[in-house]
Amino acid sequence: MLRRERRSVVAVEAVGPYALVRVSRGSLDPGVPGQFFMLEAPGRVLPRPFSLCLAPRGELAFLVDPIGPGTRAIAAVDAGDRLNVLGPLGNGFRLDVRRPVIVGGGIGIAPLPYLSEALEQPPAVLGFRSEHHAEAAALVPNAEIVIDPVLVTDVLPPDRDVLACGPEPMLAAIRRLAPSAQLAWEAPMACGYGACYGCVVEIDGALKRLCVEGPVLACS
Amino acid sequence: MLLNASGCLDALIVPAVARQLDAYVTKTVTPEPRDGNPPVRIAETDHGMLNAIGLANPGRERFLAVTLPALRALGVPLWVSVGGISARDYATTCARLRDVTIELNLSCPNVDEAPEGAAEIVAACRAATDLPLYAKLSPSTWDVAATARSVEAAGADGLSLVNTMRGLALDRHLRPMLARATGGYSGPALRPIALAAVHACRRVTDLPIVGMGGVETGRDALELIACGATHIALGTVLFGDPDAPARVRAELADAASAAGYEEPDDAFSVAVGGAAERVVERANSASS
Repeated sequence: MLRRERRSVVAVEAVGPYALVRVSRGSLDPGVPGQFFMLEAPGRVLPRPFSLCLAPRGELAFLVDPIGPGTRAIAAVDAGDRLNVLGPLGNGFRLDVRRPVIVGGGIGIAPLPYLSEALEQPPAVLGFRSEHHAEAAALVPNAEIVIDPVLVTDVLPPDRDVLACGPEPMLAAIRRLAPSAQLAWEAPMACGYGACYGCVVEIDGALKRLCVEGPVLACS
Repeated sequence: MLLNASGCLDALIVPAVARQLDAYVTKTVTPEPRDGNPPVRIAETDHGMLNAIGLANPGRERFLAVTLPALRALGVPLWVSVGGISARDYATTCARLRDVTIELNLSCPNVDEAPEGAAEIVAACRAATDLPLYAKLSPSTWDVAATARSVEAAGADGLSLVNTMRGLALDRHLRPMLARATGGYSGPALRPIALAAVHACRRVTDLPIVGMGGVETGRDALELIACGATHIALGTVLFGDPDAPARVRAELADAASAAGYEEPDDAFSVAVGGAAERVVERANSASS
């Protein structure tokens, strides 16, 4: 059942180059870590997908990287503005893991603060392209931080249940090291609920609609 | 009557949205299964969006065996969008369908193969089925009204106006945003184009017309009705607002009264001129 509500922006906080957009929760369910919401992008034709970053009491918080017209419009909202929010959508991470390590790269850390909370703050490995971007690591407890050219795969501990989100080359490298990892993928989406067929990603030769089969996909 | 535009809603995933509609239009069915185009498939522009999905669908046999029965169970009247390359492709699918309205997709901009002529396809399908046949036409033509007349003469029962138009967008590095480079352009930017196409066709035919292209509000729907649409379909707006069918329906009644009409239907064709004028135009075009 789709749930879409017009919610008030509570606050927008700078986190390194990113914006943490906090909206009132209303009767929206925060869902499980790795699930996502479609946020209205003011003045744009299409909403944008964001995994839930944090679920403070009475709020939903999303980490936004203002890199295009839609994300810039969302990052520029002010407290008191109202945004349509649809979700939670898609499939999140399975939390029945024994020895978790959570791994993120760049804006891919977005779902990890909420995931870390759900897994009681397991070790994390986070990679960023600069010190400025790495300021966002403050959102994830127990994190080892690496800055480019060091890669998360250089320091990934062995024999762990890996839960990861980040750019495609990072996810592909993690798959090679940890074939059973749970990986959260990203793709442009128009709708987020299976209508547009826009968000397919090619995995093992098959095209998967990320919004209904993902965004978290377990490797086979 | 309020519909979705083909390919803009998966009723099996969100039945509650489909049930807001008077009828559900399926994604286009082709004879063989199609994976569709590789990603990236969609891109937003300032006033619309591009899609290059490429008619991803399970193919005729699986559609008939699995998808169609599941859709029937939803209890919403069905329109099946039929695609293909040859007139025979279309006609073979039409012959296998029962208890649905058929929309012939004569105008997908995202496949490499151009279908045979619209009138030939409609004629072949007319010979293959007694079901209602709607011809979905592209606005990317010099004279859409001429195409409308030709498909009417070939036996179409209605028109669906309009499909997307081919467009292209570049990223900041000046590379095409879509893997296929071009895609079908939809959304608000298409609205005046849809109005012009419906208006042009209403001047030459009395067939029912499904008006679509950038409808976001009740007022947008009312304008299509004023240009001669008998039905309205919602496309791109559904992506951002799954509640759009119920909202647009409610807004349509308000928009009609704000424009001085008791019912939306009272505004039918008012932008086109009187019936007598249309008859004269048709006589002139028939003799030219």
